[in-house]
Order: sequence, then structure tokens, then C-alpha cells
Amino acid sequence: MTWQSLTDWWWPYLFILLAGWLPTDVWRFIGVFIGGRVSEESEALIAVRAVATALVAGVIAQLILYPSGALAETSVFLRIGAAAAGFVAYLALGRRVIISVIAGEAVLLCGLLLT
Amino acid sequence: MADSGLPSHHADENLRTRFSWFLSGASLITSIPALILMTAHVGFAGFASENGVTLLQATFMVAIIWALPANIVLIGAIAGGYSLFGAAIAVGLSSIRLMPMVAAFVPEMRGPKTRKITLLFLSHFIAVTAWVMGMDRLKHVPRDMRTSYFAGLGITLTLTNTLVVAVVYVLSTDFPPLVFAALFFLTPMYFLTSLWGSARDRSVHVAMVSGLLLFPVIHSIAPAYDLLLTGVAGGIVTMAYVHLAKRSATG
Repeated sequence: MTWQSLTDWWWPYLFILLAGWLPTDVWRFIGVFIGGRVSEESEALIAVRAVATALVAGVIAQLILYPSGALAETSVFLRIGAAAAGFVAYLALGRRVIISVIAGEAVLLCGLLLT
Repeated sequence: MADSGLPSHHADENLRTRFSWFLSGASLITSIPALILMTAHVGFAGFASENGVTLLQATFMVAIIWALPANIVLIGAIAGGYSLFGAAIAVGLSSIRLMPMVAAFVPEMRGPKTRKITLLFLSHFIAVTAWVMGMDRLKHVPRDMRTSYFAGLGITLTLTNTLVVAVVYVLSTDFPPLVFAALFFLTPMYFLTSLWGSARDRSVHVAMVSGLLLFPVIHSIAPAYDLLLTGVAGGIVTMAYVHLAKRSATG
């Protein structure tokens, strides 16, 4: 059974539910049951939070190192440089997220316009 | 209510407080991270229409799945002619990361009397942006109002982005590649510093740095499981750090 298998109007929606919603929300629901068992300030919670944080950091690295779309056409060194500049600006200029975004974007756009 | 013996105006007041916390969560829709997420969905609308997914199907996907990577994987699987089962496996692999994220989020969000069904419902709205925002802000919200606050944040974020996809799809907005490159860079830049800022103790920083450094290495070895393995490996590194720090503090 593929996306094209049936021509009925409801088939794509059933496909989205079974191939998209189910395998996504089932993990969230399992997460609720695991989260319900770990108590506040326990070692288990620190471990779960560490795994989740490392995972989100992996998502960030993926978006910078292996992006899709228009960003994929740009140099990886420019992207790393822009992210690093944004992070340094964040640490140096009062830890405001908006400053890091402006600094990182400025470096990225300057690099793109100059090359 | 009769059991608790509370006069009804107390219940009214509680409801009003809940609603005002809900609105306060909902008002985050105008915050920088929420706007950044909308720009990411601008890109998604273009991706969907390029791959022959209709307007209604694309908006349905955004609302019912609510995880941008899962949506992109699903459209990739549709375009690649995957079977239903194959597509579900691909999406499931990309969504496993939500499990530890939700597990870490639930102890932050639940109040003393929160029911499991409420948490199950609200967990649908947890994706990376809402997770980072919630981990950052929930600690400033009174315990028993956190579910209301997150409901406001999560539901508004989901509905607004569903709408964004619909509007962009209809307008079939096209920008020069430079604009798209700048838009796509907003997300990682925002995540990088807001995740750093959300940390309460050093373990989160250790987890973050190890995730950033381990990802390219693991990606080159096992690209299919890179995120999952990065989470596990980063978690192990962090716990080793926590134990060493504890030992040097006591000994």
C-alpha cells in the first residue's frame, strides 16, 4: 500500500494518520509514562534530561552541518563561523538570544553577499 | 466540588486564573522563537507543494503530527513511493527523539493534581521549539498553573503554524535563495543560545556540548540512527561528568 494505491479522497488522510501521526505521538505517549515515573531532582531525571538535551543539540548540529534547501548551497565553514559568532556575541553581550540571532545572521549574510 | 467543600466562587476564581495563565502562554506567539518557527513553516509549505501534497493534506499533517522533521520525512517517503509501513518506520525513527524530550518535560509541567489524560493530550504539542521555550519558562510559572500555561503556548503555536502553511501555500510565496538561506539559519541559531540559556545546572551544558561534537562523528558512522545515538552517547558522557563532579565534591 502506497500513497498512490487508492484514489479515494480519504486515503491520503488515513496514510498521514497511520504513517505520520501514529509513529510520532506513540513516542510522546511513551514519554509521558516514563516522565510520570521519574521524580523531581532524581538522578534518573538528570539522565533523561541529558539524553534529551544531547538529542536537541544533535538536531542543532544537523541543521548547521547538513541543512536542506537553500542553506545547503552555502559553505559549511561560513555556517559554522556564523553560528560561532552568534554564540560568542550572546556570551559577550549580556546573554540575549536576539543578539545571537542578529549577529549570526549578519555574519551569514555578509559571507553570502561577499562570495 | 461538594467533597472539597469549596464555595463556588473559589472555583470560578481558579478557572479565571487558569484562563489568564493560558492567555499568557498563548501570548508567546509573538515571541522571537515563535516567529522563527513560523519562518520554518514558510519553507515547509513550499516543500509540500513541490512534492504534490495538497493544501488540505499539508495543513492536516502540520496539525496532527506537529514535528517538522517527521513531516519532512513523511513527504520524502510519499515522494519516494514508500509503502505505508516503510513510511511509518522512517517517520517513527525520526520521532523517537520525542520520547526522552517528553519524559524530561513532564516533571517540569505537571502539577500536584494533574491527570495523566491531560499530560497525554498536552504531549502532542511538544516539539523542539515548544520544548526549548517550556524548559526555559515553565520554572517561572506557579506549579499548578503550568499545564494551563503550556496549553496556551502549545495549542496556539500549533494552530498558528497550521494557518501559516495554509496561507503560504495559497500565495505560493517565492523568495530569492538568499532569503531562504537566512530564514533556515534562524532555527539553529535560536536553538543554540536559548537551549544554553535554559540550563539550570552544568549538566545541561555538558550534554549540549557533547551532543554538538558527537553528532558529526556519529553521523559519519551511522547516518540512519545519528540523532538517537547522539542522545544516548551524550547522555552517557553527561552522567560520567555528573558522577566525577560529585566524587570530587565529596572526596
